[in-house]
Amino acid sequence: MIKVYMDNNATTQMAPEVVVALNESYGSYGNASSMHAFGREASRAVNQARHQVALSLGAQDDEVIFTSGGSESDNTVFNLCRDMIDAGAKRTRIITSTIEHPAIIETCAYLQKRGYRIDYAPVDQTGKIRLDALQDMLGDDVLLVSVMAGNNETGTIQDIVAISALAHRHGALMHTDAVQAVGKMHIDVKAWGVDYLSLSAHKFYGPKGIGALFVRKGAPFEAFMKGGHQEGGRRAGTYNTNAIVGMGKAAEMASAEVDHEKTLLWNLREKLRRGIEASVSGVVVNGHPVDCLPGTLNVSFPGAEGESILLMLDYYGIAVSTGSACATGSLEPSYVLLASGLDVELAHGSIRFSLGRYNTEADVDYVLEKLPPIIARLREISTL
Amino acid sequence: MSEFTKNWVYTDTVKEHFMNPKNVWEDEGFKADGFGQVGSMACGDQMRVGIQVKDDRIIDLKWQTYGCASAIASTSMMSEMAIGLTLSEAYHLTPAMITERLGGLPQHKFHCSVLGDKALRAAIDDYLAKQNRDNPYRASVAKVICECKNVTDQRIEELVKTKQATTLEKLREITEYGTVCGKCQFKVQQLFDEYKHIYNV
Repeated sequence: MIKVYMDNNATTQMAPEVVVALNESYGSYGNASSMHAFGREASRAVNQARHQVALSLGAQDDEVIFTSGGSESDNTVFNLCRDMIDAGAKRTRIITSTIEHPAIIETCAYLQKRGYRIDYAPVDQTGKIRLDALQDMLGDDVLLVSVMAGNNETGTIQDIVAISALAHRHGALMHTDAVQAVGKMHIDVKAWGVDYLSLSAHKFYGPKGIGALFVRKGAPFEAFMKGGHQEGGRRAGTYNTNAIVGMGKAAEMASAEVDHEKTLLWNLREKLRRGIEASVSGVVVNGHPVDCLPGTLNVSFPGAEGESILLMLDYYGIAVSTGSACATGSLEPSYVLLASGLDVELAHGSIRFSLGRYNTEADVDYVLEKLPPIIARLREISTL
Repeated sequence: MSEFTKNWVYTDTVKEHFMNPKNVWEDEGFKADGFGQVGSMACGDQMRVGIQVKDDRIIDLKWQTYGCASAIASTSMMSEMAIGLTLSEAYHLTPAMITERLGGLPQHKFHCSVLGDKALRAAIDDYLAKQNRDNPYRASVAKVICECKNVTDQRIEELVKTKQATTLEKLREITEYGTVCGKCQFKVQQLFDEYKHIYNV
C-alpha cells in the first residue's frame, strides 16, 4: 500500500544518519555526571551534541540547556518570569500572541487564572502579528514578550528581528518558540536578538522527548526542574545521553541542509498548492502567501468537513491533520485560524499538509490524484 | 488489512457507513413529503432529511450531512433504521439506538454528531404540519429533566431554539429549573449546550 506522510509539523521521521548516531551511542551507558571513564565518555558525547546544537543556532555552547522538548523549554521561560514577578520585579506583565502553541497558550491561561497579567497581541488575516498593536501594548511594566517564529498550523513566519527590537526598546525580555522553524529557516539567535529560544528535536528528524532552550548569556534564569546539578544547576535530571546525541546530529544536519531543504519543501508545497487550486473549486489557502514555513500548506475546503477529509485521505494511506473541532473533541475549531479572522465554517474544513525532507514529487502527485474525488464526494453528501 | 482498518478510532460499522453511506440524497428529483434540517455548518455538523410517507409509514428517506465521520455514519445508519418504520416508531428513534447499531462511538462524539434522529423528527413534524394534522408523538417523547418544576427536554429545546433562553440564567428565570433540589443542574446544562449547538444560537 502507498503511504504518504504529510504531517511533518506533528513530528518527523528520524533521519537514517540520526538513527546511526543513536545506535552508536547506546554503547556508552555511563552517567554523564559521573567522574569515571564511563561517565567521561558520556559527558564528551553530551558536550559534542551541545556544540552541534549551539552552532546551528549561532549560540555559545553554554547558552544551550537540554530539556525534554518544546513544551518544557516554553514552560521554563514562563516559570522563571513568574518567579521574577513573585520575587517583586517591577515588571509584571507578559505579552504573547493569540496564535501560540498550546504549550504557551495553556501556560498563559493557567497563569492568568492565578492573577498574572497576560496580554495577547492580535494577528492579521495572514497570521502575522500586528506590530502596531504590539507596540501599543508594550510599556515599562512588560517583563517578557513571547512570539513564535513559525506557526505550526498555518506556517506563517513572524518578523522576530523586529519584534525583539520592539521588546528590547521597552526593556522587556524576548522569547521565541522556534520549534517549527528549526531546519526550515536560518536561525541566528544573535541576529534575531532573542533572550530565549525553544526547540524540539523530533520536528527536525531527531528523536522524540528531547529538546533545548537557548538562554542568552546574562539573561535572567531560574531552573524549572530542580534537583541535581546537571546543566550547571539549570536543569536537573540525568542526561538522556542517547537522545541528546541524536539531537546533536539532527541539528548539525538541519543547519547544513537548510538552504537545500527550504527550496525542496517550498517547491513541493507550491506544486501541491497549485494542483489543489486547479482541481478543487472554492478552496481557501490559509496563512501568509510568502512568509510561510516552506513545507506547510493549510487549505480550507468549503462544504467538506476536516475530520472526514482526514479519514478518507487516511484510507488511501495519506497522513495530514485538520483544524476541525471534530478532531479535537471540543466544539471549537482551530483557535489559530479563528484568530486570523477565518470564518468558523472554513476552519472546520481546514486541512494542514506539512511536507518534509522525505516527501517526493510522486507523493504530491498521489495526493493530487486522491484528494479531488474525496472533496467532491463529501460535497455530494453535504448539505452545502 | 490496511492501516486504515487497524486500530481505527471508529468501529467497522461506522467505517462502512462513512465510506459507503446509504440512502444519500443525490437524486434531485426525490420528492419529500416531509423535510427536516438541524445543526449548522458553522457548528461543524448539519443534517437534512427528506421522507416519503405512505399510510403513516416511512417508505423512503434521503439525507445529506455536513460533518465528521460519525455524523455521516450515524445519519446513514439512521436512514437504514427508519425506512419501513411507522411514523410513531420513527419518532421514537434515539441517538442511543443509532449509536448502539453502529457498535458505539467515542464518548465526545455522542452529543455533537448524532443529530440524525432530530432531523428525522423535524421531517415528521413537517410532514404532519403539511397534512394539517396534530402531532400525537411529540408529547410522548418529552422527558422530564427537572422533576421539582416539571421542566421537560422539549421545553428546554423550544426555549433555546426560539432564543427565549440565550443563557442558563435566562432559562432558569423562565422555567425555575434547579431551584428546589438542584439535582438536575448538570443535565440541564448539558442539554442547553447541546441544543445551542444543534440550533446554532
